[in-house]
Amino acid sequence: MHRINVCCSSGCVPFGALKVLKAFEDAVREFNVEGKCKVARTGCIGTCYVGPAVLVEPGDYLYQSVTPETAYEIIREHVVDEKPVKHLLYANEGFFKKQLRLVLRNAGKIDPFRVEDYIAFGGYSALLKALTSMNPLEVIENVITSGLRGRGGAGFPAGLKLSFVAKAPGPPKYIVANLDEGDPGVFANRTLAEADPHSIIEGMTIAAYAVGAEQGYIYIRGEYPLAVQTLRKAIDHVGSIGLIGRNIFETSFSFNVELRLGAGAFVAGEETAILASIEGRRAMPRPRPPYPASSGLWGKPTLINNVETLANIPLIILNGGAWFSKIGMPSCTGTKCFSLTGKIKNPGLIEVPMGITLRDVVFNIGDGVPEGRKFKTVQVGGPSGGCLPVELLDLSIDYDSLTKAGAIMGSGGIVVMDDESCMVDTAKFFTEFCVDESCGKCTPCRIGLFKMYKVLEGITCGEGTLEDLTQLEDLGNFIKEASLCGLGQTGPNPVLTTLRYFRDEYISHIVERKCPAGKCFKAQRKEEVET
Amino acid sequence: MEISQIALKSDKRQLMLEAAMKQHQYRKDSLIEILNTAQELYGYLDKDLLLYISRSLHLPSSHVYGVASFYNLFKLRKPGVHMVNVCMGTACYVKGAEEILSAIEREFNVRRGETNVNNRLSLFVTRCIGACAMAPNVIVNGEVIGKATKEVVANSLSALLEVRIVEAR
Repeated sequence: MHRINVCCSSGCVPFGALKVLKAFEDAVREFNVEGKCKVARTGCIGTCYVGPAVLVEPGDYLYQSVTPETAYEIIREHVVDEKPVKHLLYANEGFFKKQLRLVLRNAGKIDPFRVEDYIAFGGYSALLKALTSMNPLEVIENVITSGLRGRGGAGFPAGLKLSFVAKAPGPPKYIVANLDEGDPGVFANRTLAEADPHSIIEGMTIAAYAVGAEQGYIYIRGEYPLAVQTLRKAIDHVGSIGLIGRNIFETSFSFNVELRLGAGAFVAGEETAILASIEGRRAMPRPRPPYPASSGLWGKPTLINNVETLANIPLIILNGGAWFSKIGMPSCTGTKCFSLTGKIKNPGLIEVPMGITLRDVVFNIGDGVPEGRKFKTVQVGGPSGGCLPVELLDLSIDYDSLTKAGAIMGSGGIVVMDDESCMVDTAKFFTEFCVDESCGKCTPCRIGLFKMYKVLEGITCGEGTLEDLTQLEDLGNFIKEASLCGLGQTGPNPVLTTLRYFRDEYISHIVERKCPAGKCFKAQRKEEVET
Repeated sequence: MEISQIALKSDKRQLMLEAAMKQHQYRKDSLIEILNTAQELYGYLDKDLLLYISRSLHLPSSHVYGVASFYNLFKLRKPGVHMVNVCMGTACYVKGAEEILSAIEREFNVRRGETNVNNRLSLFVTRCIGACAMAPNVIVNGEVIGKATKEVVANSLSALLEVRIVEAR
C-alpha cells in the first residue's frame, strides 16, 4: 500500500500544494489505484525551498517541486508501474544526513488533522503511561534526568521549572505553551504546530499532570492562521474523544486546553508579557521575582514552556530520561529545531542534535552559499542573538558556547549572510526592530535602543565618528544590565557582536565613508552622480 | 455613553460579535480575543466599535484603546480596498525585501504604513510571517507571493488596481 504524503504547510501552500493534493486524488481515481494507494496531506518535511514536497511511502521517496502534472506522472510510474520517478526525486542527500528528527518525527508522515494518525504512530501512549503508571514526581524526575533545557531561548532546565511549579500551592495552577514565535526568520514552532499539533497537546497534558495544573493555554501568534486552524481542530478532536477534559483515561486527572491568539507583539514572547496578554492586557513585562512559577496567570502558579520543550516530553516519558540524556551533549541534551534561511542553497526547517557545529549546519546540511558569493556571517538567535564570523564556524551549537560568543540559541533561527550584507546595516536593522517592538516601559530599552539606532543611522549615512563606537559599546552594555526584560537585555547583542567581530566595517564607514558590501551610502552616491 | 447611543450598525456582524462575547462570558480577559473577532468582522477597529466593546465588557475605554493600539495586528484606521504586506523579517530583508518595498512606494505612490490617495491600496510592513525559506515574501490580499521579485509584485498590483506601472526613474 503506497501512501502519498503531500506537504500542505504554510511553506508549500503558496506554491500550489493544495492543487497538487487534488491532482493526486484525481490521478488515483483515474488510474484506478484506490486499493493500493492513499493520498494524505501532511506537515513540513523541511525542504521548503523546493516545495511542494511530497513523501511517498514505503521507502521514503521524497519528490520536490511537484506540480499537478508531475503528480500524474508519479502515480502512473511510481504507483502503477512501481518505478520511482528518478528525475523528480529530491537529490540532496546531504540535507537529511546529519539531522536527527525526534521532535519532528511525524512531520511528513501523518495527517495533522487526524488524531488517528498520531495515535497510530504511538501518540498519546506517553500520556497513558504517565497517568496510569507514574506519579507526578516520577514524571518530573525523568525530565530532570533527561537534562532537557527550555527551547524558547533561555535554556532554563525544564525539569527544575516543573518542580518549582509542582511545589507551589494550588489549585488552581496553569500551564502556558508559548507559540509566540516572534523572532524574524524563525518558523520552527509554526512548523511543529502545523505538522504535529498533538505532540504539543500531549506534552502539555503530561506537564500539567506533573505540576497539578487543570487548565492550559496555547498562546499562538495571530500571524499563523494555518497553525491556529490546525491546533484548534486538534484540541476539538481530542476533547471530543476524551484525551483531554474530565477524568482522562478514567483517572482522577482532568485538564482543558484553550487557544489564545496573539496580535502582533514580539515582546509578548517574554514570559511575564505573555501572561499579561492572556489576561487581556498590553503585553508589558513586569519585574521578577515573583516568578510565574509562584505567581503567574491571575496571580496563580503557572508553568510556561516553549512548545518545542513540551513536544520533547512524550519522548522522554516513553523512552526514559536516561535515554534522552545520551542525545546531544552532556550539558545540552537532545535536539533543536532550526529555521535555516538567508543566503544558503538549502533553506528549510531542520532538526539537529545539540553540539553539532555551525559549519556542519551551514555547509553540510545547507550546502553553503549560492555560487559566486562568499560566506560572511551566520546570525544565530534572532534580534536577541549575534552575528558570528567565519572563524567561529566550528563553534558547537549549544546554549553555553553560543552565549560565550555573544549570541544566544534563541527559538531557533539561523540566517546566513554573504558578502552582499553590510554588518553595520544588519546591526541597524535588528536595532530598529527592537526599537519598534519595545513595550516602552523602561527607560534603558525605550530610549537607549533608540539612541543606538540613531547612532547607527548616522554611521550608515556618513556622519559617524570613531567616538560613536565607544558610545555604542558603553550604551549597549548599560542597556543589557539595566533593562527590565529579555528584549532590552539582549537587544544590543547584534550591535555588540558586529562591533566585536566586524569592527573593520564600522571603521570603513566612518573613516573612508565606504561600505565594503556596497549597500550603504547609495542615496548619497546617486546624488553625487546626478549633481 | 450608553451602549444604545453608540452608533454601531445593528447587523449580522453585531450579532456575531455579541455571540463571541457571550461565548467568552463577557470576561474582561477575553478582550484580545474579542478585538480579533471584531477586526475579522469589521475589517478594522474604529472608535465606535472600541467603545461598544468597552461598554459590553465593562472595561474603561482608555484600557480598550490602550490594548488595541499596542498590538501591531490591530488596525485602527480603515484600510484601502487592497492590502499589501511586505515581510521584513531577517531572511526577507537579507534577500531584498527593502528594495521591493521601496519599488512599491515609488511605483504606486503610497508610503509604508499608509493608504494611497484614492483609498485603494494600503501598504504595510509585517515583521515575519514564518515563510522564511521562500524569502522574500509579499502578501497581497492575504495571498502569499513567495520568492517575490519587484516585477512579479508590481504586475500583481497593477492587475488588481488596473493601472499601468509608472516608469521607473
